[in-house]
Order: sequence, then C-alpha cells, then structure tokens
Amino acid sequence: DQVLHIVPETFQQVQLLQHLCNSLLLDLWKPLLPEDIGAGEDLHMRVPAPLVQDVKDNLDQHMISYSVLIPDVQELVDQSMPRERSSPRQVPEGYDYTQYHPMEEIYQWMTEIQNSNSELVTQHYLGNTVEDRPMYYLQISKPSDKTKKIIWMDCGIHAREWIAPAFCQWFVKEILQNYKSDPKISGFLNNLDLYILPVLNIDGYIYSWEKDRLWRKNRSPYMNGTCYGTDLNRNFNSSWGSVGVSYNCSSIIFCGSGPESEPETKAVAQLIEKKKSDILCYLTIHSYGQYILIPYGYTTEPASNSEELMYVAEKAAAALTEKYGTSYEVGSTSLILYSNSGSSRDWAHMIGIPFSYTFELRDTGTHGFVLPADQIQPTCEETM
Amino acid sequence: ELPPSHHAATRAAALAACYLSYRRGSPGRCLALQAVRSGRRQDIDGIGHKYYLELVLEDVVDKDSTVNCTAEVLHHLGNKNIAPDVQFTIEGELKNTDEADNMFYNRIKSLDKELVAENIPDNHGNISPEMEPIRLLAWVASGYVIWQNSTENTKFQLAQIKHVKQVKRNDEYLEFDYMILLHEMVSQEIIPWQMTVLWHPQHGVQVTRESRQLKH
Repeated sequence: DQVLHIVPETFQQVQLLQHLCNSLLLDLWKPLLPEDIGAGEDLHMRVPAPLVQDVKDNLDQHMISYSVLIPDVQELVDQSMPRERSSPRQVPEGYDYTQYHPMEEIYQWMTEIQNSNSELVTQHYLGNTVEDRPMYYLQISKPSDKTKKIIWMDCGIHAREWIAPAFCQWFVKEILQNYKSDPKISGFLNNLDLYILPVLNIDGYIYSWEKDRLWRKNRSPYMNGTCYGTDLNRNFNSSWGSVGVSYNCSSIIFCGSGPESEPETKAVAQLIEKKKSDILCYLTIHSYGQYILIPYGYTTEPASNSEELMYVAEKAAAALTEKYGTSYEVGSTSLILYSNSGSSRDWAHMIGIPFSYTFELRDTGTHGFVLPADQIQPTCEETM
Repeated sequence: ELPPSHHAATRAAALAACYLSYRRGSPGRCLALQAVRSGRRQDIDGIGHKYYLELVLEDVVDKDSTVNCTAEVLHHLGNKNIAPDVQFTIEGELKNTDEADNMFYNRIKSLDKELVAENIPDNHGNISPEMEPIRLLAWVASGYVIWQNSTENTKFQLAQIKHVKQVKRNDEYLEFDYMILLHEMVSQEIIPWQMTVLWHPQHGVQVTRESRQLKH
C-alpha cells in the first residue's frame, strides 16, 4: 500500500479526487472525510497495493500531480512497532466460534478480544444482573475526532436461544478479522460505532446450561423465592403489561412487577436512553423462526417509518437468502407472530431509534431452540 | 384472503402440516411445513372459522425434497374440546420409505433389551444416528397430539424428547412410551406431554394415549 500526497489546484480536481475516494473507498489520512478535501489543501490518501497503478494512471490522465509520501505502508508499520504477528493475533487464538460456549468462556473471550484489538475495541460495564453478575458490552470504534452514529446489537435476551450469543461472538470476530482488508467494513467503521452485547440475560443463560436447557426468563425471585423469572422481552417500557403477557410469575411470559423492574432491563435501557440521539439502529437477536421483525408487537398499527423499515428488512432478507438459500419472513411482530407488549425492540423504536429490528435466527422448528452446533457457522455466515 | 406470513395463516398451516405428517408419516418419512403459498379464511356463522391453505412441505431429513399440498382446517366455535377438522390433498406421490422403515423395525425387534433413551436431541442439538428414527417417530406422533390440542391461538412444535422407553409387546407392533416437550409459540411455554405410540411399517403410526403433564 502507498500513501499519496496531493494538493488539488482547482475545484474540478477536488471533485475528481472526492469521487475517487468515494468510489474506491480509499483510506483518507488527511483530511478525515472526502467532503473536507479543498483546493490548495494537503491531501494524504492511502491506496491499497492492487489499486496503486490504476489510481496513478487516473491522476496522470487528469493531470493531477502527486508525490508518494509513503512507498510501503506495511514496511513502515513493521519498523515502527515491536514485531507482533500480523492479522491472526487480532482474535483470540484457538477460540472455536463453531461451538456453543458457557458464560465463563464468553467473559474470558470478551477480555481477550479487547486485549488483542485494543486499538478498536473497548469493553464497557453496563450493570449487574439479579444474581449480581456483571454485564458488559463491546464497543468497536475507529478512533476519530467526530462522534459517530451507533449501531446497537444485543443477543441472548432469552436464555434458551443459544444461537444468538453464538452469532454475536461470530459477528465481532468477523469484523475484527476483516476490517482492515474489507473496504466495506472499513468504510462503515469510518462513520459508525458498533456496540455489541453478547449475552443480555446472563443468569438465564447460565441456568440453561446448568439446569434447564429450555429456560427463557431471567432468574429474578418472586413470591418469597417460590417462583423465578421475568421475561425480559416483556419488561421494557413499551406499552408495558398491556398485551401478550402474564402478571403471574409462574408464566414464561411474566412481564415483571413493573416496566424495567429487572436490573438487566434497567441496565440496557439506561445506556440506550443516554445515547439514543446517536443510535441509528437497534438490533436484538433471538431464535428461532427465521424472521426479520419490525415494530410493533403491542399493536397492529404500523410504525411511522414502516415502509422504510420493510424496505431495508427485505433487502437484508434477500441478501441472507443468497448465501445458503435460507428463507426469512419479514414483517411486524403483531402480524406475523403474536401480540406482545414490553419488548425491547418496540421500546427502542418508541424512544426514537429509527431502525429497530428483531432477528429470529434458524431454524423453523425442526430443532428449534436446540440448534446443533454444526449449524452455527452457516447461520452466522448468512446472517452476516 | 390472508397474507401468507400472517399468523392466522401460519398457525393453521402448522396444524395442517402436523396432521398430515401424522397420517402419512413413519420413522423413514417425516414431513414439516416449509412455506405457506396462500391462505384464506372463511367465517361460517354458527360453525366456526375455516381456513383454505396451499402449503409446501419438506422432508425433515432432506429439506430439498418438497411436496405441495392443499389443506382445509375448520376450527369449531365454542366447544374447545373438539379437535379441529383437517382435510388435505397431496400433489403427486410421496416417496417410498419401506427400506428405511423396515431397517429400523428390524433393528428394534432384534434388540435384547427394550430401548430406553433420554434427551433427544441433547442440549447441544446432537442426535446420534441410532436415535434419529426414534426422534422422527416422535415427530410424527406429536403431530397427532398437536392436532388434538390446537386452537387458533396456538402453534406447537416438538422441542425435545425428555425420555423414551420401549414397551414390550407380544404382537408385531412396536410400542414406545414418550415424554416429550412441546414448545407453544404464542404463550412461549414448554409443556411436558406424555404419549404412547404404536407403530408398524404396514400399519402406520398410532397414538393410543396422550396426556398433558404438569410443569415440574
């Protein structure tokens, strides 16, 4: 890769260079954004090795003069840093993303991910669960002067949906392994931060490993410890308690003693509320069913931007199907599945996050919640 | 007319698929709902709601093998103890599964001791190849249980076999006593259910007893 130094002379040259940067997704070192390129101002752009000749030819053709600031970026990098193994060191060695992992291992994984990718990843504390376990999310963020919009994704709000946390981990690995080499990923990380919560319902997840594989709720004790668990996806403040819930703790869709009565719900809601003006997209990952669901569950009234929501979701579903032929249905929860109030997805949309989706991953019922590990890879690849 | 993805259509379709799977199924032939092509609902005064459906079913083991069918499901008004009426027509022939069925039949017949097993699949979704026909048989038989216990507000799916025990018989039939877990989509509940299943390659699957269990 080479870094070229150009000082555009005319407005026409500026436009040309902007077009070049945008169409080739070139890594701009100076200025930060194509729109800040100006006549008479220094431009430093990094051109990937395979494109160097083409770009130079292009510049020559348009009589734009340039000089080579850095003839070999990799060499410079190697020289300036203690010799670390390149790419493979970015994700924890030996972590098997095609197996399900218990919570202990996921905690360790998060620490390692942060340590081996510290230029991009920071681990943040959200709050504690009912059983006093810490909840962490990972922030994937390219260092930059400007505030970027945020995409939030949480997995495992329901304990038994193991494929969801598996997907969150896979997603993080894919981003970290490919953000340097994949211009699409690199491009959107220039403008977006990713906040990933690999397991929201930690107590429930652990319970599903140790005691009851098909547990769904959290582990909040009610009625003097004779009854456990609130359905966290009925506990958010979105028409809480109105429909598709039970007020009885023994029910699997018990909505809790009030909106955000559960510490897990509170922890997530607080953070999202604080950052809501920067959050572009809220994603919550579940299984099973193979759906991309848009608001709302608590009413059949369409969301204000439902056309746009559908459009984007349909594109996503089509892209997903392309990989292995897996078909996903798209629509609002209340029409496709059932009515339910207090869902995190409804709440996110109601507080103003424009793109709010629930993903229900594989499969359609043959295995249901107990999806075999050999489907982790294809599920994650297509969902990516 | 119902959008094919609307829950009214998909619930009726799931029910029809279960019923069909029960009537035509065996350990070698296990069918599941793949897609709803069209759905229509008719409200009949004094009788109930009737659904007209076009479905695509897939073979649980070989998902590329599909079959089209049409089905009619009538949910009776009022008395919730009557199972819905289901009629279906399959387009074309179902593939012959005699070989797989006979192989399984002979294998079980030749066991020294009655078969006993637990947790199929296990918590990680694994099923050993020997247990696969046991699961498929449960899938087919659960079609009966689901059909008998479905309403317009339920959508059942077999989640797991907790326990299965073969029952010794003097005749040619195989008998299994299953404890299964059914996942009900609308309430999200997991419901333990006992079912006694009779099977013979030439005589199809029969559920002679089924009873909903209390949650532990």
